[in-house]
Amino acid sequence: MKDEVQSPEDRSAKLKGMGCSRKRVEDVRFTQGRGNYVDDIKLDGMLVGDFVRSPYAHARVASINAEAALAIPGVLAVITAKDLEPLGLHWMPTLAGDKQMVLADGKVLFQGQEVAFVVAKDRYAAADGVAAVEVDYEELPVVTDPFKAMEPDAPVLREDLAGKTEGAHGPRRHHNHIFTWEVGDKDATEKVLAEADVVADEMVYYHRTHPMPLETCGAVASMDKVTGKLTLWGTFQAPHAVRTVASLISGIAEHNIRVISPDIGGGFGNKVGVYPGYICAIVASIVTGKPVKWVESRMDNLMSTAFARDYWMHGKISATKEGKITGLWCHTTADHGGFDACADPTKFPAGFMNICTGSYDIPVAFLSVDGVYTNKAPGGVAYRCSFRVTEAAYFIERMIEVLAIKLGMDAAELRRINFIRKDQFPYQSALGWEYDSGDYHTAWDKALKAVDYDGLRAEQAQRIEDFKAGKTRKLLGIGLTHFTEIVGAGPVKNCDILGLGMFDSCEIRIHPTGSAIARLGTISQGQGHATTFAQIIASEIGIPADDITLEEGDTDTAPYGLGTYGSRSTPVAGAATAMAARKIRAKAQMIAAYLLEVHDDDVEFEVDRFVVKGAPERFKTMKEIAFASYNQAIPGVEPGLEAVSYYDPPNMTYPFGAYICVMEIDVDTGEHKVRTFYALDDCGTRINPMIIEGQVHGGATEGYAIAMGQEIAYDDMGNHKTATLMDFFVPTAWETPHYTTDHTVTPSPHHPIGAKGVGESPNVGSVPAFSNAVHDAFRAFGLVQSHMPHDQWRIWRIAENLGLHS
Amino acid sequence: MSNKMHVKLTVNGEEVEGLAEPRTLLIHFLRENLKITGPHIGCETSHCGACTVDLNGKSVKSCTVFVAQANGSDITTVEGLVNADGSLGVIQEMFREHHGLQCGFCTPGMITRAHRLLQENPNPTEEEVRFGMAGNLCRCTGYQNIVKAILASAAQLNAVKEAAE
Ligand code: FES
Ligand code: FES
Repeated sequence: MKDEVQSPEDRSAKLKGMGCSRKRVEDVRFTQGRGNYVDDIKLDGMLVGDFVRSPYAHARVASINAEAALAIPGVLAVITAKDLEPLGLHWMPTLAGDKQMVLADGKVLFQGQEVAFVVAKDRYAAADGVAAVEVDYEELPVVTDPFKAMEPDAPVLREDLAGKTEGAHGPRRHHNHIFTWEVGDKDATEKVLAEADVVADEMVYYHRTHPMPLETCGAVASMDKVTGKLTLWGTFQAPHAVRTVASLISGIAEHNIRVISPDIGGGFGNKVGVYPGYICAIVASIVTGKPVKWVESRMDNLMSTAFARDYWMHGKISATKEGKITGLWCHTTADHGGFDACADPTKFPAGFMNICTGSYDIPVAFLSVDGVYTNKAPGGVAYRCSFRVTEAAYFIERMIEVLAIKLGMDAAELRRINFIRKDQFPYQSALGWEYDSGDYHTAWDKALKAVDYDGLRAEQAQRIEDFKAGKTRKLLGIGLTHFTEIVGAGPVKNCDILGLGMFDSCEIRIHPTGSAIARLGTISQGQGHATTFAQIIASEIGIPADDITLEEGDTDTAPYGLGTYGSRSTPVAGAATAMAARKIRAKAQMIAAYLLEVHDDDVEFEVDRFVVKGAPERFKTMKEIAFASYNQAIPGVEPGLEAVSYYDPPNMTYPFGAYICVMEIDVDTGEHKVRTFYALDDCGTRINPMIIEGQVHGGATEGYAIAMGQEIAYDDMGNHKTATLMDFFVPTAWETPHYTTDHTVTPSPHHPIGAKGVGESPNVGSVPAFSNAVHDAFRAFGLVQSHMPHDQWRIWRIAENLGLHS
Repeated sequence: MSNKMHVKLTVNGEEVEGLAEPRTLLIHFLRENLKITGPHIGCETSHCGACTVDLNGKSVKSCTVFVAQANGSDITTVEGLVNADGSLGVIQEMFREHHGLQCGFCTPGMITRAHRLLQENPNPTEEEVRFGMAGNLCRCTGYQNIVKAILASAAQLNAVKEAAE
């Protein structure tokens, strides 16, 4: 055969394996409008459900009258908590060990809360029905500030928890208190702080925001009364977990539930949780015997599902006069809204906030987090984030800047002298993590050089002179960040969600003609899994990526896994993929040896074949081996060529990066312009550079939005002020900066292919880079800390408060 | 609300007709009555552009047009931008080539808008592309590769045009 005489390099290139910027296989469908998203599903007789939502942030629900709604043609049912109660479904468990009302049970705790579910023949009739349901509310006092919520006489939000002094994560000390989580050595840290040369003390607020994928959440439930089987399509980032949870709370046997995640229009953490809409669609389908679709509107989405952040982080960081950091202390007040519906591994009620020592070698540290109820929407999801890593990275990267101000030091140099050194890995952090690998100094120097850091500082100094001399009204900010992430949750020994261990899985079947299908427990929401996971298999077993079909998201066919979020797909399912491929390769080796009539140890793998050692002209290609595996009786070897792997990672992975933002700021208008955004990422082994770059562009743009204007804001009455895209800032192509990407490669030592995951790094790293740029522009004029988002008005106000307008 | 009206449209070159309530939005008529599900719904308030279609030679957000208003008009959606042989059209191919999409949810609107933009301005600068696409939101790509794909499409379409002249 012709290709058998090709060099190994040529054959390798044909595989389109790891390291190649393979074009995405998904795009052929998507670019011609042939995706299949949940709202595209249309089944015979399908009904539509929609919610009556509370206009109040805190109120008693005195009565619900559905008579007028039911009189509207096309409205078939109005479901309330009373209807769900006999089924035990008026409340549901949250991922955080709390419970949440599916439909208002006597009261509402946030504006936009689900009160009744109207089922109708189409969306218009459903909307008519929603408008016609009459609800009597009695308003109650509202609290939206987590500090006020913890005052002794604050309104009681969760009456259902009255008298409960023990929560899911330990003792509760106040009626609006959820948990306190403490990590590290409190006494040692306080002692170091008390005796330090220098201590910087600051409150750093990471405001409430929202993942806002372009597609909202939705589901279609179809209960087949004949077979007793429930099929549930939906925007699920973790379809298997949804199946298990649905089974546990509904009592339907797990084998009678099939959960399918079709194409998902972006997730970013918004689609991890279980929402009342899913439950109501299921119940409505059971009641009506028809398929029922529920898809959120954008306003529903921004008001009720999955806010992110809202962390008030009070920090103290101590150092020697020379700038060597000696200790870190942090107390966080976490606003969780009306129900604790955070999506964190069970043992981590504040996620991995204890990565807040960042990239620095800090000998002692202490972290405590108080979770608090307020009259806001529940959520606290990991928005493009591995469980509060974004908050942690923002906190430490702000504290470093504040410390640099206190020390009168250059912030780049302060970072450099405190980085964990390459020879310290694996590194045990003061707050309990074992960092797998890193080379921070190399990345940092490369980044500073790439942007000509010294030149920038000189330009900035000149600009300040010119500003003071009245020659310009524009300031220059240089925003630095060196972040360390912790992703790939995670080892089953300490990571589970609702008791489900956070391993992941892959099953590979090689067909007789040498092509293959692989199925995973994860689900792509735009990350391009069908493209990249095939590349891993291609490199591992020598089948061209183009000959491999990849499937995810159907619980009837895919192996069990915990889904896609927290940058865990590559670290966990990617590892499972490599391990399953290696099982296949091991069997292929036996078959090849048999066919070549040599001992197993006498053949070795080379790109796409096994060759006899020392006799490269004698070989069997994977194609030949695949055929033989099905069609030839081989003594001692079962027919077929397939394998499944469930991978329980031995550790997390720790991607890192150096981001630098250069920003021009107009002192008089508060406008900004990003001149340069340089992003260096080290995500270990790079599977598909094109996709990595795309992830960086996208994540950095989300970070840009968060830092520069996006927020979920409430007034004191608990009215949601940013529930449409008019008020909730999402940058367009016009505002979005241009990004320069770069990389270093420090493979993970414990991951089978050395990959660490990248999807979330750019959100984690870019927010502090943008925010630090704003702060840095005003550093020379005395600014120490100003909370995000840095929209035009807030920047103007910084200048105003510093007296720069007079 | 059972007063239905009769509407007739040309969609992607095909004449279609149907009954709709006067309040029916064009996007719902396309997606639900005609099962043309390329145009998506991201906001229903004219902010996101996921529902963009070409209506009588103009980009419109079909969530903000009643199907009654569109009666008699000529509509192109992303499905109509494939070549006659079923292969991807130039802009579609360039989006794929330059990784101009991730989750794909904004993509039909983006490509449909880009198609019109390049008719209006066959030689746009990067700035003009960024400005001309500002009615379409993307949450995944950060736009950089979308802009690249559109500039590459312009070059390719112009080369084809030149070759034909
Ligand atoms: S759905 Fe029409 S602009 Fe968003
Ligand atoms: S590709 Fe996901 S919104 Fe644009």
